Amino acid sequence: MNALLEFLHSDLFFMIWTTLAKSAGLLGVVLGMVSYTVYAERRVSSLMQDRLGPNRTGFPLSVVGSWLGGQKWKDWSPILGGLGQPIADAMKLLLKEDFTPAYVKKFYYWIAPGLGIAAAIIALAVIPFGSSIAGVPMVIADIDIGPLFIFAISSLGVYGIVLAGWSANSKYPFLGAIRSTSQLISYELALGLSVVPLFLIIGKLNLVEIVNYQVQNGWMLLPGITAGKLPTLQQAALFVPVLISFLVFTIAMFAETNRLPFDLPEAETELVGGYHTEYSSMKFALFFLGEYTAMITGSSFIVTLFLGGWHCPFIPDGSQHWWWGLVNIGVFFTKVFAFLVFFIFIRWTLPRFRYDQLMKLGWIWLFELALVNIFLTALIVAFVH
Amino acid sequence: MAYQVPRPKLTFAEKIYLPAVFAGLRITLGHLWRMLRGKTHVCMQYPEEKWDANLPEHYRGAPTLVSDEYGRTRCVACQLCEFICPPRAIRIKPGEIPTDDKFAKVEKYPEQFQIDMIRCIYCGLCEEVCPEQAIFLKKQYAITGTSRAAMMHEKAKLVEMGGIQPGVVNKWNEKK
Repeated sequence: MNALLEFLHSDLFFMIWTTLAKSAGLLGVVLGMVSYTVYAERRVSSLMQDRLGPNRTGFPLSVVGSWLGGQKWKDWSPILGGLGQPIADAMKLLLKEDFTPAYVKKFYYWIAPGLGIAAAIIALAVIPFGSSIAGVPMVIADIDIGPLFIFAISSLGVYGIVLAGWSANSKYPFLGAIRSTSQLISYELALGLSVVPLFLIIGKLNLVEIVNYQVQNGWMLLPGITAGKLPTLQQAALFVPVLISFLVFTIAMFAETNRLPFDLPEAETELVGGYHTEYSSMKFALFFLGEYTAMITGSSFIVTLFLGGWHCPFIPDGSQHWWWGLVNIGVFFTKVFAFLVFFIFIRWTLPRFRYDQLMKLGWIWLFELALVNIFLTALIVAFVH
Repeated sequence: MAYQVPRPKLTFAEKIYLPAVFAGLRITLGHLWRMLRGKTHVCMQYPEEKWDANLPEHYRGAPTLVSDEYGRTRCVACQLCEFICPPRAIRIKPGEIPTDDKFAKVEKYPEQFQIDMIRCIYCGLCEEVCPEQAIFLKKQYAITGTSRAAMMHEKAKLVEMGGIQPGVVNKWNEKK
């Protein structure tokens, strides 16, 4: 009995239950965000194309929408209606028949969707999504190899796609899977190399420390300014490589998450649906979830590295009071959501690349640019003070 | 010899794609902004807004049976519409008019008249072929039902939908 009480008061138990609580909370927030990103995707795309999109589903919130839109009291609105659509979509996908074709390789066919989403979710573990609440740091795993962990895990996501394409035993999924593999391998290089300059500047590989550095010295993309001081000469000189690094990283992130203009693995006009052609019901939904979770992971990573993570000027961190900790989390997810909206804008603006253009962009432009950028940064760090 | 598709020579600005990305974003975001301000004319919100008042005269909606000014269903059960109907949606069972009836000289009337609205393709051939001008495609277009039986329009329903349409064919009227 005493041993149990001792355990319940120990630091280990405290760590276990806070970690579990953080994991559950983060998972809930991210999955909710995924479904509303899908909704935002549909609405933004339709508004851009002079359509309305899903504007009716949903009971209480759409009425608020109709009132905000200056409409009469009715259960839909042209601008904010349809907020219940993600819930309806999820219900539909859960209740649909889960069909496994007879000609697939069953074992791999069944584990592929899980692999896809697991990789995207596990990578979230090292992202600091807030400062701290009551002394508990708002990061699930505070490890010293954050970015490397994210690169390692998120490139495992390709196994989900490859296994799905191969096990489906059908030509379009197979083509999609092959395209995806070559695309991911090509852009993984640019992705990894483009952030090396940041580590040269900051000198640390712990994402929490990287955010703390940005709190003290200004965001990487706004050097000095957000910390309330003028950038030093070195920071000003480093702005150019950081900007290049940001551009290369963002473009490579688009390719990594299979988003348009790089969505060749699932190009629906060419490959039906790409690697998930043979999937239905919740298995298809898992691919869908995995794709959008990967988008959120990618956006969180960009926000953490370049845009100061949870930091916002004039807002103190969680050591002042616990509600500031909550505000920090809100700031972080606002930044992530802004980036997701940018993803959506790009998707509905650009046409798809041709495959040779995609490979040329990856190997000839981005890879070289990232490589040269490392040396440029090293020179500036060494000689400009 | 294979024909080589000429690839255009791109300038540096075109090769790095980014100016084109921003030009594209200007267009799409412009559309988004115009939409959000309510300046874009969007499509009609169907169940709330309808176009019924603007349907043209020749609009082909659901086929119906019309009656004359005496309340007699104009159909004489000649079955021409049944024979011409391309999807074979129409089924007619002719019946005989008793000799003491006011319209005894018409001789036949449809005892049963069914139009299967699941099969009907709204082509209007029944209306075109009808020698009595008894079947008309009216302007009802929202024909729905929750079962196959509900989509089978019986004679009573067809007559009700058709209503009275006087002054088309008068050959069965009393001689003045």
